[in-house]
Parts: sequence; C-alpha cells; structure tokens
Amino acid sequence: MKREELIFEQSRPGRRAPTHAPATLAATDDLPSSVLRQEPPLLPEVSELQVVRHFTRLSQLNFSIDTHFYPLGSCTMKYNPRASNTLAMLPGFLARHPLEPDSHAQGVLESLFDLQELLKAVTGMSGVSLTPMAGAQGEFAGIAMIRAYHLARGDTERTQVIVPDAAHGTNPASATMCGCEAIEIPTGPDGDVDLDALRQVVGPKTAAIMLTNPSTLGVFERRISEIAEIVHAAGGLLYYDGANLNAILGRALPAGMGFDVVHINLHKTFSTPHGGGGPGSGVVAVNPRLEPFLPIPIVGKRDGSYVWLTEADRPQSIGRLSGFMGNTGILLRAYIYMRLLGTDGMRRVSGYATLNANYLCARLASAGFTIAYPRRRASHEFIISLKDVARDTGATAMDFAKALLDRGFHAPTTYFPLLVPECLLIEPTETEARQELDDFVQALTEIRDLAGRDVGELKRAPQTTPVRRLDDVRAARQLDLTWQGKPRTVN
Amino acid sequence: MTQIPQQLKYTEDHEWVRAEADGSVVIGITDHAQHQLGELVYVELPDAGRTVTRGAAMAVVESTKAASDVYAPLAGVIVQGNPALADQPELVNTDPYGEGWLVRLRPGDAADLAALLDSAAYTQLLAAED
Repeated sequence: MKREELIFEQSRPGRRAPTHAPATLAATDDLPSSVLRQEPPLLPEVSELQVVRHFTRLSQLNFSIDTHFYPLGSCTMKYNPRASNTLAMLPGFLARHPLEPDSHAQGVLESLFDLQELLKAVTGMSGVSLTPMAGAQGEFAGIAMIRAYHLARGDTERTQVIVPDAAHGTNPASATMCGCEAIEIPTGPDGDVDLDALRQVVGPKTAAIMLTNPSTLGVFERRISEIAEIVHAAGGLLYYDGANLNAILGRALPAGMGFDVVHINLHKTFSTPHGGGGPGSGVVAVNPRLEPFLPIPIVGKRDGSYVWLTEADRPQSIGRLSGFMGNTGILLRAYIYMRLLGTDGMRRVSGYATLNANYLCARLASAGFTIAYPRRRASHEFIISLKDVARDTGATAMDFAKALLDRGFHAPTTYFPLLVPECLLIEPTETEARQELDDFVQALTEIRDLAGRDVGELKRAPQTTPVRRLDDVRAARQLDLTWQGKPRTVN
Repeated sequence: MTQIPQQLKYTEDHEWVRAEADGSVVIGITDHAQHQLGELVYVELPDAGRTVTRGAAMAVVESTKAASDVYAPLAGVIVQGNPALADQPELVNTDPYGEGWLVRLRPGDAADLAALLDSAAYTQLLAAED
C-alpha cells in the first residue's frame, strides 16, 4: 500500500484553492502593526481536489467499527446508531448558545432533565449530575463527593480508598487526585475480591472502596452484598465504576448492590461517539446521602419550568467541573439512544451483550483456547490467555493482535488486565451477528495454527495495513507529533 | 532462560538486593520482571535522602505495556538512584543485575536482609507462578 503523504509534503509554493477564497480580501489596515504577522502562517499550499482526496483517503484508512468487527467493545466504544446522531443534530439542539436564558432553552433542558431521570432509573440512585466531561472526571467527582461527605460530618481522618488489584488504573489515580491514599487488595483465584484481605484493611481511615462490577476480569462480583456490609460497617462508602454497566443494563441496579455513587461513561454503555480522546461524558449518580454534594449545574423543575440549579440551590456542592453543563451534544445522543431503546430495549442490550460474549467464549474454549476464568460465567466480556501458546511457539498476544488485522478484525484489548499473562480481553457487544463471531473464532484458530507451523511468518504481521509493526518504545520516547517544516518568508 | 544469580537476595515482588561492602544495598528488578514488563520507556527513581518503609512504593518502571511500582524490599534511606536510567531506561532490560540497577539504599537494620528470599527460594517461587 502506498504511504499517504502528509498534507504538508504535498504542498507546492503558490498553489491555491481559489474557489474557496473570498472575492475581495478583508482589509487589515485598521489593525495595529504590532499585532500583524511578519511571516505567513505555516499552512500547506494545495488545491481543493488535493484536500478532498487526502482526507477521503485518510478516512478510508480507518480501521473502525463502521468497517470491521471491533472486539474492544463498550470498553472503548459501541456501535453508534445513526438515528441518535441525526436527531441530536436537529437545529433546535445544535443552534443553542450556552448563555441563553432558561426560558429560551426549555426543550434542551427538558431533554437533559429526562436524561437525569432515566439515569436514576438504570442505577437506582436518587440524584444525577451530567456535568463531568469524561470517565476520569466522573471518578474525580465521585471521590470528591465522598470526601466532602465525610468532612461535612466532621469525619476528617477518612483518607484511604480501597482498590482491588483488578481495577482500572484510573481508580487509584482518581483517589490520589482527591488527596486520598489508594490501598490495593488482591483478587482471589476465582476472580472475586479477597474478603479476608478487605476485612484486614477497612477501619476508621476508610473513605471508600472503588469497584467495577462485573469486574475487569469479566466476572460478576458474587459477594458484593457482603463487601457492602463490611465497608459500610467500617464507615466507608461504595463507589461503582460504571465501565462495565453494559453487562447489567436493565437487569441489576448498582444501588441494589449497596453502592453509594456511580459514574457512567455515556460513551461506553449509551453508545455516544468517542475515541481519539473525546468528547466523553462521565455523569455521576448518587444516593440521598451524597445528593447535596453533586457537582453543579443540575437541571431542576420550578413552577412548571426547567431551570439550572446552581450554588444558591446546592450550597454543599463540590462545585463546577465544566464551563457550562458538560458535553451537551454527547448527553443528547445518550438521551435519544435510551429513548429509542426503551426499557425492553435496554434489557435486550445487556442480554445480547452477555449472550454474544458467552457464545464466543464457549466456541473459543472448544477450539482449545485457554479461558482465564473457565469455571465462571462470562459477563459481557471474557479473557483468554495465550501463555501456553507463547511458551510452546514463541507467539505472543501481541502477535495474535497484529495478525487479526490482516484477517479483517480489529484487535481486542491486549495485556489488560495485568493479572492475566499474555491475555486478550474480548468484548463483542450486543450488535454483532453470529456469523461475525464464528469468523472471529476461525481467524484466531488459523493464527494459532500458523504460530505452530511458522512463527516467523506470524511475526511479520500485519502485512496489509499502511504501516507495519511500529517501534512502540521509540514512539513513546521520541514523540514526533508536529510538522517541523520551515515557514516561508514574506515576499 | 531466566537468570537468577546465586549471590543475590530476592523478594516476592521480583526485586533483587545486593549487599555492598560499605553497608549499603543495591536494588533492581529481576530478569524475570524485566521480561514480563517488556522494553522499558521510563524509570522514575526516588530522590536521595528519602526515607522509605519496607513494602512502600519507591520507584516506577514504565514499559509500553504497563507502569508498575517497585517496592522497597528493606526500610532505609535512599542513597542514590541510578543516574544512567534517565537517558537509557533500556539498561534495565539489557543488564538487569548490572548497569540496570535502580536504587542504592542504606538499610535501617541490616538484619532485614536475612529475611529476604535466597536464589533457591526465588527459583521455586517462579516455578510455582508458572
């Protein structure tokens, strides 16, 4: 495949796209000379058609869910239904100004209010704030609320946040950002939290425990009620990391498991666009004890109208996390997705997500792959370990990931969770057809056969992508992100 | 084949410890650990003079796969971090028991050294993990 040149490399001096330039240029003689450029900006000089072709070709290089099976699943991004996008782009939504008076924005406010109510229903919580703009910000908000709760009670010594070793790395990071100390506890061989270890670390310094349920190991925490009892009895609160909400949507409530606060990645479970760094949305839902501390603003209802609730209404709030009300466009897409699905549709999401994962898990097990937790029912995702294959043939999980690309599949998550050596974390989601899952099993089986036959050939994968194996180490050490060409001088 | 030099002491967290003539100890991560991590891209070391308790995170090693804490195998005071690792973190991969050492530490109680694993016990630990 021919390498696509950078747009700067295609540049030739004096080349223009005249059909896009205004007929008469705006006068700049009223600007003070101190602010006028001495050199033209460093922009590529290309024709209109070159621009069209360049960006069309780049878009065709995307290896994405719109073109390929993408077993990273809701962990990264689900399929985004086109209807959500179309409806969220209606002019009434799109042409709003964030500073317009509430009286002119009743439609948007009602949609966001309804979204708050829907999120209360799927979590079992009593209060919701939509402002956190990413999962990490949602985690920060959750732990900040827990800190504020303890401090408001004069309980100033609670600074320890318990995090199982299977947790997402963001959990200890969020705890640390909030001035707490992360205390790690181990996971037992069956994938559940080690309760004896938990009993040993809880105490008067315990602020909270952060849990993902189902966990990153793809199994449901069976003794969650016991965990809740132990932590609550010690005076701590329970934080639910919503990363894996897709598995229980419409079937189990985090509130029912004993959690006090939940963050939900709308870009995961509720199918909003994401990837490449955002925009995301990490809304938070809480039970009554944490409600006063929710970040503002929140949409409320007063005298039959929708209004923004701010400092005056919520004096104990942890404050604002975004300039306005979070990523509204993302919030609207999640709202429309939930309304299109309805209660039954949301139950179907978790049902098929779990069925697809268990089907794929069973097919791979019977094809001879090693399932990391074979005695456990998979949730919406499961883990295979290629440790034996690596020992026998030298082919690693990374080799499998690269070889999948040549066979038309995006790679699943590799080397996470860290507890399982040479692992692939596979999440097909609810939207894949059975044929696709069968083809994926076939591809993995072929790759394993190739590993046994000619591991050198396997290590040459990928061979069909525009770039082959990258030097990960050099890429991490020598970042090269900006075009370093020389600016032209003014003639 | 994973190298486990006989003259060193080891921890269950895959660190090695070497007693020096001047009473200090040199600490690094084992060949097995560097192999599990893959090529390192960054090493964060503690400042000289910092007091560490046994089991406390004292350094971070970051590879393209993961960032991992390195725990203090003994309580004591940091004498020095390996200055060569700032520019060449890969020394930990190429020479984990030599040029790729992480930290020199003055132990609070030299007797703590005896409580660490010897090479035979560490070899057994790796066999059990497999």
